[in-house]
Amino acid sequence: MIDITGDKIDVANVLKSVEDPLAGGIDMFIGTTRNHSRGKQVVALEYEAYRVMALRTMESIAGEARRRWSIRKISLVHRIGRVEIGEASVVIAVSADHRGEAFEACRFAIDALKKEVPIWKKEFFQDGELWVGPQKS
Amino acid sequence: MISVNVKLFAMVRDIVGAGDFLMSLQERSSASALVSALGMKYPELEKWRHHLRIAVNGEYVDEHHVLKDADEVALIPPVSGG
Repeated sequence: MIDITGDKIDVANVLKSVEDPLAGGIDMFIGTTRNHSRGKQVVALEYEAYRVMALRTMESIAGEARRRWSIRKISLVHRIGRVEIGEASVVIAVSADHRGEAFEACRFAIDALKKEVPIWKKEFFQDGELWVGPQKS
Repeated sequence: MISVNVKLFAMVRDIVGAGDFLMSLQERSSASALVSALGMKYPELEKWRHHLRIAVNGEYVDEHHVLKDADEVALIPPVSGG
């Protein structure tokens, strides 16, 4: 399952999407909104995506994970719009016959997603909001 | 002249004030020429120039890539998904 959704991510559903009787393990990464950043209190996050390219890039990351590790299923789901503290902004799940591959492929997928997928995060503070990235005066 | 569909996001969209619009360019304009043309109208964009990646029809290209009529050109500032 590769998806970008404006709704709360159904984590159980993502887990279900990678279940496989041939798999001996499932590794799941859940990215959650933390309440602090740059020493300031974060009130919420907001994500925006270049949807068509983000989906394509996520598909390609899944494809590369399949090529590099022997896995059964992989799912990547990213949320867009406003995400409250503690809520999931991204969920990645990988099933594999053995846990080593599941761990490695899942780690690869989140690292690659953070580097490549055209999705942007805006942090909301008590006193303002900022797109994450190099700050220009 | 060619007409391309420009897609902007995040802080770049905030600078220009629009995220989805058509732009007319000379035939055989490069992606870099498009960024320069936008930079002339929105000087604050220049600060982001070296942080922008360019995607044409959903694929990353380098700045010399030659644009065609009806291309969708996205300026991709540093991503922060996940």
